[in-house]
Amino acid sequence: MALLEIRDLHATVGNREILKGIDLTVKAGEVHAIMGPNGSGKSTLAQVLAGRDLYNVTGGQVLYDGKDLLELDPEERAQQGIFLAFQYPVEIPGVSNLYFLKAALNTIRKSRGEAELDAMDFLNLVREKMSLMDMDQALLNRPVNAGFSGGEKKRNEIFQMAVLEPRLAILDETDSGLDIDALKLVAHGVNTLRSPERSMIVVTHYQRLLNYIVPDFVHVLADGRLVKSGGKELALELEESGYAGLGIYDEEEAVGKA
Amino acid sequence: MSAVAEKVGSWLEEFTRQPKAEDRLQELREAAFERFSKTGFPTTHDEEWRFTNVAPIARKPWRVQEPGVRSQESGGLLAQLAKYAPQTNPFVALNTAFLSNVAYLHVRRGEVSEEPIEITHRASGDGAFHARTLIVVGPGAQCTIVETYEGEGQYFQNAVTEIVAGEGAVVDHYKVQRESAEAFHVATMQVQLGRSANFTSHNISLGAALARNDIGAVLAEGTEATLNGLYIVNGTQHVDNHTSIDHAKPHGTSHELYKGILDGKATAVFNGRIIVRQDAQKTDSKQTNKNLVLSDEAVIDTKPELQIFADDVRCTHGATIGQLDAESLFYLQSRGIGKSAARSLLTYAFAQDIADRIKIPSLKDSLERILIEKFHEHAC
Repeated sequence: MALLEIRDLHATVGNREILKGIDLTVKAGEVHAIMGPNGSGKSTLAQVLAGRDLYNVTGGQVLYDGKDLLELDPEERAQQGIFLAFQYPVEIPGVSNLYFLKAALNTIRKSRGEAELDAMDFLNLVREKMSLMDMDQALLNRPVNAGFSGGEKKRNEIFQMAVLEPRLAILDETDSGLDIDALKLVAHGVNTLRSPERSMIVVTHYQRLLNYIVPDFVHVLADGRLVKSGGKELALELEESGYAGLGIYDEEEAVGKA
Repeated sequence: MSAVAEKVGSWLEEFTRQPKAEDRLQELREAAFERFSKTGFPTTHDEEWRFTNVAPIARKPWRVQEPGVRSQESGGLLAQLAKYAPQTNPFVALNTAFLSNVAYLHVRRGEVSEEPIEITHRASGDGAFHARTLIVVGPGAQCTIVETYEGEGQYFQNAVTEIVAGEGAVVDHYKVQRESAEAFHVATMQVQLGRSANFTSHNISLGAALARNDIGAVLAEGTEATLNGLYIVNGTQHVDNHTSIDHAKPHGTSHELYKGILDGKATAVFNGRIIVRQDAQKTDSKQTNKNLVLSDEAVIDTKPELQIFADDVRCTHGATIGQLDAESLFYLQSRGIGKSAARSLLTYAFAQDIADRIKIPSLKDSLERILIEKFHEHAC
């Protein structure tokens, strides 16, 4: 059975339709890359799956583990194993990383009927995952994402993912703004988390990330629809000829030319 | 006239009922009562009291009770009593008219008082309480004072605190107001600061049905004053903070940060006056008031009041009124934290930086506990 099944998904923000009928099936252990120009709806898809109420789903269906995903609150989705690595991780002054992550992990564990981790076990787990992401432990006592560099924020997202161990991870432009060293580090973190039980949707504008996180499938999203799907070679094809090679024009670039 | 007479009537009875005091005290009382008799209680027609209606206090005939602090030796401080608090304020006049037990505190020249000095004003039972505190800190001396206001039942606490700090003195003042939910709390604190003195006020307002704080500080040359405040109101609570920072001389610095959290139908007022006198060149002053409004029915009135007469100064002010950030809420929820726990966590976080400024570990811990109880019942 597929872990995630998206059928003819439509979503709007305000009066504007962003997703115009998405179909996508993700099985356990698969990594799907979704590529597309700016404004094609990539981030909307990621946020709709995580439950952001900014978007209205106006049609279609999303089944997660056979159940209706769209009925669930964002926290219920997280408790059932969905994780969104944010394109723009949110700064939360006044809440320490450590406190935040412990609250998150223990709420998720509790919802699954597992025992909460005590301070010692939690700290051991966190130290292990931090070294995976080569993160400074001092960051634990700093407020969530506040004053972090762009790269630190993205690493923090993957670090959170490593601690929370989701079944379905959605990475929303986790590569944007990263230099090559940070990109390799993030990719290494993600690759370590690949497993036959864990599925991933990797949303990206550029092919570069897919050199390091090699996907099983690549889909091209344009104007709210998946216009082309294929294997990892599709990403290389895009690298060669650009979106224009597929007859797709980047909204921003098009505006620039006009 | 009749309205004023009505208001003053029961107070006259109380005033004549109290036994006579020694000469100086009795003189202060009589002069003050005369002033109060003329003005009566302020109404919302008075600009200073526009958003705070004290009619529920004025209407009720209160029996005057002994303040919770036992009488102390004045140790030669009597001469300084009632010299600083503004006598034009009717509540200060009323407090002075009923001077009896005064909490005197004298930190002598150069003395460093390591342990925080705690003064607890406890109102036990109904009635009116006129807590009075005089703190005199000598030149170069250093101390930390914690004033706590608490009690049970419906009472009226009308407190006046005067602080005089000498040249180069360092004074940290904490006020924790956790009066009963039915109480009326009106408090005036006036601070006279010497040259190069360093004064910090932490004003934590949690309790009372109606609370009004008037905090005034007069700075001398090179004085540094920091005013931090946190007010948390819910239900039908009302809190009003009026602060006044008077830069009288050059090279003074003042930092003011007041934060409020409002829920239910609560109302709050912040009025921050900054005066920079003509002589007070090179003044550096910053005022910030931030409000987190958690319900649709809560109301905040915030107003900076800058009176600047010098030309070479830096004064900034800003006020914000906001709700919990939707994106932050979603971020927390997307990590599995339930909506109400996420709201509590963000609300707690809003107050965190005020808690972080508290330098007494035990007080910081107890405030954090109170914040967690108030906002955090659902989180982990």
